[in-house]
Amino acid sequence: MPEFRQTTLANGLRVVAEIDTRGYSAAMGYFVRAGARDEVDRESGLSHFLEHMMFKGTARRSAADVNRELDELGGQSNAYTSEEQTVYYATVLPKFQGRLIDLLTDMLSPALRDDDFETERQVILEEIAKYEDQPPFGAFERAMERHFSPRGLGRRVLGTSESIKAMTSSDMRAYFNRRYRPENIVLAASGNVDFDGLIADVEKLTRHWAGRGTSGSPSADDPETLPQGIRVDANLNIDDASQAYLVKMIPGPSIRDADRYPLRMLLSVLADDGGSRLFWELIDTGRAEIAAMWSQEFIDDGAIFSYLVCAPEEIDTNEHLMDDLLRRVTEKPETFAVDKAELSQAIGKATSACIMGSERPGNRLFGIGSRWLTCGEYQSTDDLLALYRGVTVESVMQAAEKYLAVATQTRVIASAKPSPVG
Amino acid sequence: MSNSSTSSSATSIASAVQSRTFANGLTVLVQPMPWLRTAAFSLSLPAGVENEPDDRPGLASLVCEMVQRGAGRYSSRELVAIQDELGIDGSSGTSSRMVSFGAAMPAESLPTAIGLYADVVRRPHLPADQLDDARLMAVQELRAIEDEPVSRVMRRLRELHYGDRLGRSATGTMESLESITQDDVRGLFAERYHATDSVLAVAGNVIPEAVFQLAEETLGDWRSGDVVPPVPATGGPATEHMESSSSQTHIGFSFDSIPYGHEDYFVMRAGIGILSDGMSSRLFDRVREQRGLCYTVSASCNSLKQAAGVFGYAGTTPARAQETLDVTLHEIHHLIDDLDPHELERWKVRIQSSLIMEQESSSSRASSMANDWLQLGRVMTLDELETAIESITLDQVQQYYRIHRPKNFRLVTSGPHELKINS
Repeated sequence: MPEFRQTTLANGLRVVAEIDTRGYSAAMGYFVRAGARDEVDRESGLSHFLEHMMFKGTARRSAADVNRELDELGGQSNAYTSEEQTVYYATVLPKFQGRLIDLLTDMLSPALRDDDFETERQVILEEIAKYEDQPPFGAFERAMERHFSPRGLGRRVLGTSESIKAMTSSDMRAYFNRRYRPENIVLAASGNVDFDGLIADVEKLTRHWAGRGTSGSPSADDPETLPQGIRVDANLNIDDASQAYLVKMIPGPSIRDADRYPLRMLLSVLADDGGSRLFWELIDTGRAEIAAMWSQEFIDDGAIFSYLVCAPEEIDTNEHLMDDLLRRVTEKPETFAVDKAELSQAIGKATSACIMGSERPGNRLFGIGSRWLTCGEYQSTDDLLALYRGVTVESVMQAAEKYLAVATQTRVIASAKPSPVG
Repeated sequence: MSNSSTSSSATSIASAVQSRTFANGLTVLVQPMPWLRTAAFSLSLPAGVENEPDDRPGLASLVCEMVQRGAGRYSSRELVAIQDELGIDGSSGTSSRMVSFGAAMPAESLPTAIGLYADVVRRPHLPADQLDDARLMAVQELRAIEDEPVSRVMRRLRELHYGDRLGRSATGTMESLESITQDDVRGLFAERYHATDSVLAVAGNVIPEAVFQLAEETLGDWRSGDVVPPVPATGGPATEHMESSSSQTHIGFSFDSIPYGHEDYFVMRAGIGILSDGMSSRLFDRVREQRGLCYTVSASCNSLKQAAGVFGYAGTTPARAQETLDVTLHEIHHLIDDLDPHELERWKVRIQSSLIMEQESSSSRASSMANDWLQLGRVMTLDELETAIESITLDQVQQYYRIHRPKNFRLVTSGPHELKINS
């Protein structure tokens, strides 16, 4: 059985680990409570831009040194930014633990040099252009903007071309000082980890973090205006798109809400991407390319997404089919309630995915780090299995009543010829 | 029945890969990984794109879909329900040579899973009334590719690289999908779904003897059949542009190379690793990090049995597209001008780490084994691979690329302006 250990250093940095010394690898990552929702308009895209700049060198290392050393450690390393967190991580052979921690920790004190800032600005603009060319052509971002407003959780992670072009390195330094404080950061580790060695190293390497400068909060945005470069139309007109892309959102449970397990099982039965009711109706028949629903959970909020991709002329019919399929569950439960066999299938799928995911420390890391950062809580694989196995038909139907029967929803469509939004 | 086993001593996969070839031509490979809770298999049959009639592109993939729509005692829905219940995560795919069915699962579900897939490949219902549904699914996939410029570019590049027939995409075309009949589906199934040259690779928390017995019971009396000779590669240098008003210009390029199994393969691969593997590799460092020309740039090796290539991609805004192409090609042509021993060392550590970490995943081990069998006719142990990688010298890499200068480039671009290859 893996062993869980945690501690909080004198500077406020929290360290957690799920240790299994039989593992072939060790995964480590810094989870920072800094994401798009923490930005103001002039900082839009800054959390993500800063994530790129973390690879651009420190007082001790050049940008080339950072990339070279990450490669020398042979593992898989990367970073990502979301609405609520920025994560820097790597999986390496256990013998490289010390070197990896030295490197990752140093990276979290970035030099933020001006010439690197200018080069990286171009890379970010390329990244924005890349996503503009890819399905669903910004429909998810647009749905988030309409659902949550273009600020807070609805702020786009990459920012806009306008905000990136206007960004300054002093804005970035101020943001860094505001968000990258030890008390906002969790260092997580999983797999074949030497925890005592880890703590000893990190204590030494992060001692100076306590003395980080402060910067005040930026002035608040005017809620009456739209951020620069943001539009909130429900239709995105995409020239030449051969498919239509429909994204819908309704409120869902937050990370801390116990409803999320029954709700996940409900969505798996109704609308996951294989073997669900929706799958047999729309995918197996070739009516749609994608038809699925899932929930996304944030610290204090949540949303249920529906995603439908098919030929533009089929979108209305398919959307009706999808809506009917959901409505029937609560309106005619005598015929359409979720049954035991369906639930047991969904649980089988979820628990097996859990078990398979748990074999790689690199997979486990994200659950451990994110959960501790956002909830201060640890869930072992067995805890998680028990939560899924504990879901009953009654709790699933309660989740259906509570979440599916909503009066309003956010609806965004990206297509060559947008159909009118009702 | 022939028996063979290879043993490994130094790596932590102490147990051997065991193999057995049945009289009907099916080979079963087993790698026990007793430290895992899971098992995985890959069942591959030589019924891929090369087996399609010339005028039926998309047929192999459509048959692969149709065999899963009910088999043996089970309807389509029952097949899915049983797999979900037992946590069997199945997948399937069609390549040039093979069609493959794979699944990963908690180890105790393996016997059921192998039984189900034996039904799928031997006793599918091929329901005529579902052919149109399967066809529409394939049409959806084609439409999806239409909306993804990168897929469109890389699909066309593959055709130019290997030639229209060998490089043909498994997804087919709208016209060909329209023309496929139930007889075509039955025909390809009857001729090509058999034991000859098929391979079942199993890895995970399993006992080899038990797996062999299970395979014998479910697939031992599977019929044998004919195998088509490999389709020759006919591609050559070419440049094509697709006009598009996209935000980025998408650049796909390829050049000739040698397949996995060739004696120089790992030396060649080391060079491509130095070029594009990792964040300190030449392309990432010099095209993206130093110049900020793009977000994505990469090159990687692709092997078929009879031919191979190095395929690359870069995406960048139109104004900087020609420069991106120029710099990328410059790095490829000048790869050996300034090779540094540390570059080779970094690549070796990366490969060795990934080999060791492969032991954490039964499914990645099972697919490596199946791929080895297809390309090499045997399975390399992790030990053997490690030795092969470790022994590569910088001189060998230099020597290889001095003799085999990257040439015969194929270039496919999509964007507002055409680009040219400046030599």
